[in-house]
Amino acid sequence: MDKVKIIEAKESLLADNDKDADRLREEMKQQGTYYVNLMSSPGSGKTSSLKQIIARMKDRFRIGVMEADIDSDVDARTIAASGVDAIQIHTGGMCHLDADMSRQGLSAIGSEKLDLVFLENVGNLVCPAEFDTGADLNVVILSVPEGDDKPLKYPLMFEKADAVLINKIDAMECFDFSLDQVKANIHLRKPSVPVFPVSAAAGEGFEAFCSWLSGQIQKQKEGTRQS
Amino acid sequence: MHEMGIVYHVADEVEKIAAQNDICHIGSVTLQIGEVTGVIFDYMSDLWGWVSDKSSLLKGSRLLYEQIPAVTLCKSCGQRYSTVQSGRQCPHCGSWDTVLVQGNEYIIKQIEADS
Ligand SMILES: Nc1nc2c(ncn2[C@@H]2O[C@H](COP(=O)(O)OP(=O)(O)OP(=O)(O)O)[C@@H](O)[C@H]2O)c(=O)[nH]1
Ligand SMILES: [Mg+2]
Ligand SMILES: [Zn+2]
Ligand SMILES: [Zn+2]
Repeated sequence: MDKVKIIEAKESLLADNDKDADRLREEMKQQGTYYVNLMSSPGSGKTSSLKQIIARMKDRFRIGVMEADIDSDVDARTIAASGVDAIQIHTGGMCHLDADMSRQGLSAIGSEKLDLVFLENVGNLVCPAEFDTGADLNVVILSVPEGDDKPLKYPLMFEKADAVLINKIDAMECFDFSLDQVKANIHLRKPSVPVFPVSAAAGEGFEAFCSWLSGQIQKQKEGTRQS
Repeated sequence: MHEMGIVYHVADEVEKIAAQNDICHIGSVTLQIGEVTGVIFDYMSDLWGWVSDKSSLLKGSRLLYEQIPAVTLCKSCGQRYSTVQSGRQCPHCGSWDTVLVQGNEYIIKQIEADS
């Protein structure tokens, strides 16, 4: 018999990814690029919301969008049509993006030339929350047809959220969905996280979100200058 | 499918660890997986067969696992309890002010090299 060698690795995948994500955050900060990770279930309105956000922010920021679709480039083409840089990150069937894939995407899109990069994460409320992408901000979209109980069922996703968009409020009448209830459920997971009701179809509610986001970007700029 | 993502991460990490330790073939990899990660280990070992087959380092190797039980700590009364049995509400005092202390891990515990 060959001799068998045992290596006690004790490698924690999440801890390694967290470290890598922290490094990436620091690199982006030094470079002056603000990075936003957008997460939701499939079809909640990530791409539609991005179009609304881009329309309101592209005059003030050089924007890029990374689309992490499993197999198509439909969303990347939609976004490119709105006049900003867009790339497709090939996830090869992966259900989430980790910091390493995120870094490759940022390099492929040429993030050094951009002020603001959005990642449209894979549509899934579970594991994208476990894997830190290195983004400065995690934005979660929940749409009215999904129900106001989702923050209770997917606690981690809402614990990680820095802002929550409630999309498709134009469809509120057709569903048993209460804005007060959803806010209460979100705040149970993360007290005081800002919640923005929007309709990406009607283009409503995005002013408030975009001015909040601009404020966050400004805050980070000032922080970097001071240090 | 989340299992696929995890299997890829494990394969990547094992490749790195093997390179650092001058190993050219792996016999088995043992994981420790938290009880509330939600991954189904049977899927992972099936996927491992498929992923490992494409690598000369991993070809024919086995993926083994141990489970780490999920434990929640109650910040109100300071007691610990099984997360799977009681969820987020403390069974001792009824408080919701609780935190998961273990049970969401993905750890590569050890690697057995056979050459
Ligand atoms: N009624 C209504 N429909 C909307 C709204 N926002 C998006 N939709 C519709 O919802 C569907 C999905 O929207 P997308 O923006 O593609 O959602 P997504 O989250 O990017 O979807 P995936 O990338 O496939 O996960 C489309 O048919 C949109 O037209 C809204 O505010 N109101
Ligand atoms: Mg989309
Ligand atoms: Zn995943
Ligand atoms: Zn208690």
